[in-house]
Amino acid sequence: MSQFLQVVLSGLSTGSIYALAAVGFALVWQAAQTVNFAQGEFVMLPAFFALVAIHWFGWPLWAGFAFAMLASLAILGLAFKGLVVQPMMPDGGLPLVIATMAVSILLKESVKTFYGAEAQPFPSPLPDGTLQIGGAVISIRDLFDLLASLAVVGGLTLFLDRTRTGRQMQAAAQSPAVAEILGVDVARMTLYAFLVNAALAAFASFLVSPTYLAKFSNGESLGLVAFIAAIVGGFNRIRGALVGGLLVGVLDNLVATYVTQEYRAALPLVLLIAVILWRPQGLLGDAEGRTV
Amino acid sequence: MSLSTTGAAAGAPHLSVRGVTKRFGNIVAVDDVSFDVKRGEILGLIGPNGSGKSTLFNCILGQIAPDAGAVEVDGKAVTGRRACDLAKLGVGRTFQQLAVFPGLTVHDNVVFAGQEHEGTLLGRLFGKPDAGLSEEADRLIEFFRLSHVRDRLAGDLSYGQRKLVDAAMAFMSGPGLVLLDEPAGGVNLTMLAELKERLVAYNRERGTTFVVIEHNMDFVMSLCGRVMVLAEGRVIADGPPEAVRADKRVVDSYLGG
Amino acid sequence: MSSRRPLALIVAAVLLAVLLILPVGHGSYFIYLLCSWLMFTIAAMGLNLTLGYAGRISLAQASFMGVGAYTTAILTLHGWPWLAAAPVGVLLCFVVGLLLGFPALRVRGHFLAFVTLAFNTLFFLVARNEDWLTGGSYGLSDIPRPRIGPISADGQLAFYYFTLAVSALAILALWGIVRSPWGRAFKALRENEVRAESLGLDTRRITLLAFAIGSAFGGLAGAIEAPLVQYIEPNSFAVGESLKVLLMVVVGGLGDFWGPALGAAMVVLLPEALRGTRYYLIVYALFVIALMVLKPTGLMGIGKTFLARLAKSRAAAATEAKP
Ligand SMILES: Nc1ncnc2c1ncn2[C@@H]1O[C@H](COP(=O)(O)OP(=O)(O)OP(=O)(O)O)[C@@H](O)[C@H]1O
Ligand SMILES: [Mg+2]
Repeated sequence: MSQFLQVVLSGLSTGSIYALAAVGFALVWQAAQTVNFAQGEFVMLPAFFALVAIHWFGWPLWAGFAFAMLASLAILGLAFKGLVVQPMMPDGGLPLVIATMAVSILLKESVKTFYGAEAQPFPSPLPDGTLQIGGAVISIRDLFDLLASLAVVGGLTLFLDRTRTGRQMQAAAQSPAVAEILGVDVARMTLYAFLVNAALAAFASFLVSPTYLAKFSNGESLGLVAFIAAIVGGFNRIRGALVGGLLVGVLDNLVATYVTQEYRAALPLVLLIAVILWRPQGLLGDAEGRTV
Repeated sequence: MSLSTTGAAAGAPHLSVRGVTKRFGNIVAVDDVSFDVKRGEILGLIGPNGSGKSTLFNCILGQIAPDAGAVEVDGKAVTGRRACDLAKLGVGRTFQQLAVFPGLTVHDNVVFAGQEHEGTLLGRLFGKPDAGLSEEADRLIEFFRLSHVRDRLAGDLSYGQRKLVDAAMAFMSGPGLVLLDEPAGGVNLTMLAELKERLVAYNRERGTTFVVIEHNMDFVMSLCGRVMVLAEGRVIADGPPEAVRADKRVVDSYLGG
Repeated sequence: MSSRRPLALIVAAVLLAVLLILPVGHGSYFIYLLCSWLMFTIAAMGLNLTLGYAGRISLAQASFMGVGAYTTAILTLHGWPWLAAAPVGVLLCFVVGLLLGFPALRVRGHFLAFVTLAFNTLFFLVARNEDWLTGGSYGLSDIPRPRIGPISADGQLAFYYFTLAVSALAILALWGIVRSPWGRAFKALRENEVRAESLGLDTRRITLLAFAIGSAFGGLAGAIEAPLVQYIEPNSFAVGESLKVLLMVVVGGLGDFWGPALGAAMVVLLPEALRGTRYYLIVYALFVIALMVLKPTGLMGIGKTFLARLAKSRAAAATEAKP
């Protein structure tokens, strides 16, 4: 029983990081119909911004994180939106998908070429200790990851539902034309979505890298899991993406521990196929209108 | 091709609709509608916007599944059959929204409209690229005065021209029963007169049966031998044009004083 | 249309002649690259049928190359001749492709993309974990080169001509499909499914066929890849490779018959051309982004725009010269 609890808790912790990536993915999807195939690399890159500041510039830890956050907002938010997505709107379609794939190659190769191909240890301000919860042992880091992610997503949900800007962002995403008429600055709201995505990705990067090390290829599996989480939860729901992320994290851990190690990666995929075929709108999503 | 004439001897109505009902959430779009169309008849279907005319067509043609009711074509039950099966039974249609293939030429649009009725699946793979339909397609294109745009992409045509391509496609397979959803919308007056003439000619020469949805009253009243009125999904009148025009309920709900 | 047919034939003949003499005198790596280009062209042309013509996305083309390659490898390692093994692989891909088409009857666009992508990953996991069949992550090695009667394709140049012959036949077959009524039906499905169905097209059947045929071409590419590299392992058929094939199709020009050949050339050969520099993949990625942002219709789109401009300026010059 205590092993089970432990497996679930550490699954929740990993899942919460997936959720951050998935929520950002869903936001960008809503705001600009962009399926970002570089989302995994978006989570991989900010850790290297921090490493550059810390090791190359010799900055302290907190300054490194601040620098990484700003660089992410500028490059993964502003530049990505302005240089790649914006010119291809309103309907980017497949060329936009291809462009994001190329962005993913670009980011990966840049890190490999300019920083290095080996996995890099990544500093964490948190202590290494563990805690006992109901017989289960969980590391402080894991617990922090889970609580911090939940707090961030919770805060984001409040922002979207309760503030004027948040509601304008939702309106702009749902029906840009109507929002425009009602005086919403749709272009600005779309930009906000990209900035929030960049911030979420940077945050996820800081959380995931101390445990899994920073490596140029980290994004490959992360991106796929983020898609899966977003779709399982419901493309058009922030809360859905959160639940999807946690679900995938926990299931993945359970399968690996109790069923099969070789096919642990298969379960989320089977779940994905099942959800898409039986409930395309996701577990928590709303059905989209049909046209005959 | 010959399917359209087989049921004639049996004396069964060409199209028979019994108790068809379709709901969308709380809206009852089509409410227990029943009617027959005799072979060679031209039936007009009118009614206010949102009265369920297009939905009724979609239910008849297998485009959407009705919640209740039965449809027969030539005495054959076709309820629940797919739209492509109905096409094979000799039922043609046009859509209210533009329904052409924008990336194909006008000629290809019309050839496609006939090709699935020719030969077998494998026969089509190994047969001629135009399935032997090029001349027939050109005749129809000529018939609808589209010859000058024959090789243009359908997506580049004007609204009215696309409407005509849509109509040409409905006739390509030589259907015995054709359901037209607002064929006159966006078509200019001269062409409209010609369109009416052509429908009448088809009807007289080949005995083609028509059901026509149209808001243009002059067009309906002069073309159709019988008019049916739908309001809020229900049939509120059915009879000769003059009688329907005089019907009090129809005047109140649709035609206006 | 008919006035353009002789031109297309001439172009094809010239192209074939060029391809016949191109490798002569070149080293074996260059010939390997040409074979690789032909192989990816077949895979990309198959995907182009599913995606470009029929409008249904598949991100699983690499898994079909995998099915074709593993089938061919396993059977030829058991002593089957290539001519018998390859068709089995292609047929298997046809059937599996047909099955993968079923999700396409329910979902479209991004959802279909993810279902097929998930399928590819599942295939990868099976290839990596089922050692008894696929050799696991060590893969299968010493795959024999084809031998047809007394002629063996052991040498690099001989194998190139073998690949060229197979590719030419495959492309010819695809050309036949595309210009038959089936080709028109695929396009009709892409353009307006509801209208196509109302005109008698069995849209389910044609959707499944689009997947099955496209996948079969992926299988054929795999059947060439196995004896080409003579060593196959799961990573050659991972999702990343499927995305590469998709890149070829879109970069070349979606729905254009020859687009995939151009796209495959770019994806296979451009990195090689840039290989001298340390930054080649970065330059390559930047190029793809720029191309997609500036010209979403791809390389064929650029070519067509250029030809159209040329024709226009010629026409303008001609009318100016008249009076
Ligand atoms: N796919 C759908 N989903 C939900 N409601 C629908 C759908 N199709 C039609 N409706 C509703 O059903 C009712 C009937 O619509 P329908 O299109 O049949 O009307 P109509 O008589 O053809 O109108 P018009 O003359 O404007 O074409 C309307 O209230 C419409 O909103
Ligand atoms: Mg209507």
